[in-house]
Amino acid sequence: MNGIHDMGGMHGMGPVEIERNEPVFHHEWERRAFALTLAAGFLGQWNIDMSRLAREQMPPAEYLGTTYYEHWLFGLERLLEEKVLVPGAELDACRRGRGVSQPVPTRPGLRVLRPPDVERALRNRRAARCDDPVPPKFKAGDGVVARNLNPVGHTRLPRYVRGRRGVVDRDHGVFIFPDTHAAGLGRKPQHVYSVRFAARELWGPEASSRDAVYVDLWDDHLEPA
Amino acid sequence: MTEHDHDHEEGSPLAETALRVRALESLLADKGLVDPATLDALIDTYETKIGPRNGATVVARAWSDPAYKARLLADATSAIAELGYIGRQGEDMVALENTPKVHNMVVCTLCSCYPWPVLGLPPVWYKSAPYRSRAVIDPRGVLRELGVELADDVEVRVWDSTAELRYLVLPERPAGTEGWSEEGLARIVTRDSMIGVATIPSQTGKPAGGAG
Repeated sequence: MNGIHDMGGMHGMGPVEIERNEPVFHHEWERRAFALTLAAGFLGQWNIDMSRLAREQMPPAEYLGTTYYEHWLFGLERLLEEKVLVPGAELDACRRGRGVSQPVPTRPGLRVLRPPDVERALRNRRAARCDDPVPPKFKAGDGVVARNLNPVGHTRLPRYVRGRRGVVDRDHGVFIFPDTHAAGLGRKPQHVYSVRFAARELWGPEASSRDAVYVDLWDDHLEPA
Repeated sequence: MTEHDHDHEEGSPLAETALRVRALESLLADKGLVDPATLDALIDTYETKIGPRNGATVVARAWSDPAYKARLLADATSAIAELGYIGRQGEDMVALENTPKVHNMVVCTLCSCYPWPVLGLPPVWYKSAPYRSRAVIDPRGVLRELGVELADDVEVRVWDSTAELRYLVLPERPAGTEGWSEEGLARIVTRDSMIGVATIPSQTGKPAGGAG
């Protein structure tokens, strides 16, 4: 979707300010929101692409007016309701900071992450890479054009490269395709490439002639130049 | 934005957010969907065990051992796993070498993807709208603001982490560190240099922390 999250190339957001000796978390609620999101993710009821899509549904003004872990909280609440793990009325009570005295039982059979399994779960090395023997459509050095796609669902094709010409820098192998995976439409495994876009191709003649942006894109995002 | 009108005062919407998170945790625990002790373990992992010192160890090894550096640049996932750093948000890694002629920097314009096993959780500025919007269109301006002035003949490569690949910048080894141990070198490697928004200055003294 052409949402506020797709920020590359926007102006007016202000300076980048690095906080010296920044703590990992600034508030106790950030710790809990972070861990709740991870722990709930291990229930296996949604994938990471669905998580990103859920956060992208936050209304634009609210997205800009809130911080990272508030985006996470918004996404978590949305997924809990969508996947029918928590009724909307109970989530509404939580949003108002109220407890729920008699929560309805959740469905049985869910596997809950326990402390002894945390280290193993976090060290899992399999995520989005696939073993499927899918042939690549492109190879390093090929000229490509990023497709001009404007799906209303999730996509990892940023607006700022759509319709722009680039060159395949390297083939990373076969990965799950987030654009379908987020919608529950399957993994659609395909190759991911780092595509080099010259700064001038993206931003015009005022940009540096030397500089470039490398964007990781899937076969379905690309066509031959 | 009635519920999220941030003014950062006491009793403000941030306090409301704290109540909201507490209520949600309580509800999910009551339903048996999360185990509060698991939350503690997850938080402890990223506050005390996984952070940018991991990445600094990788960089120091690459500076010290040419064969390791070659492996890191050829297959970062395996080379980083040799040092024990694997897992969530670092399942597939790519290392990018900064040189006098090429400066790499990393962003995630669409969310805030970041290589957790080697750098920990991302800092606020990396997740912020200013960095996500500007890194791709004005990398030299962002770098200048952050104190990195690049000559015109340096090529800037910005890597937008749009897929499940995570990028670690191998910064240039500064002058004055000849003969330093890996431990001494690791102490001068900063988080921001491994994102590509800082360089590491020349060293004039002995390595910090003793034996070096």
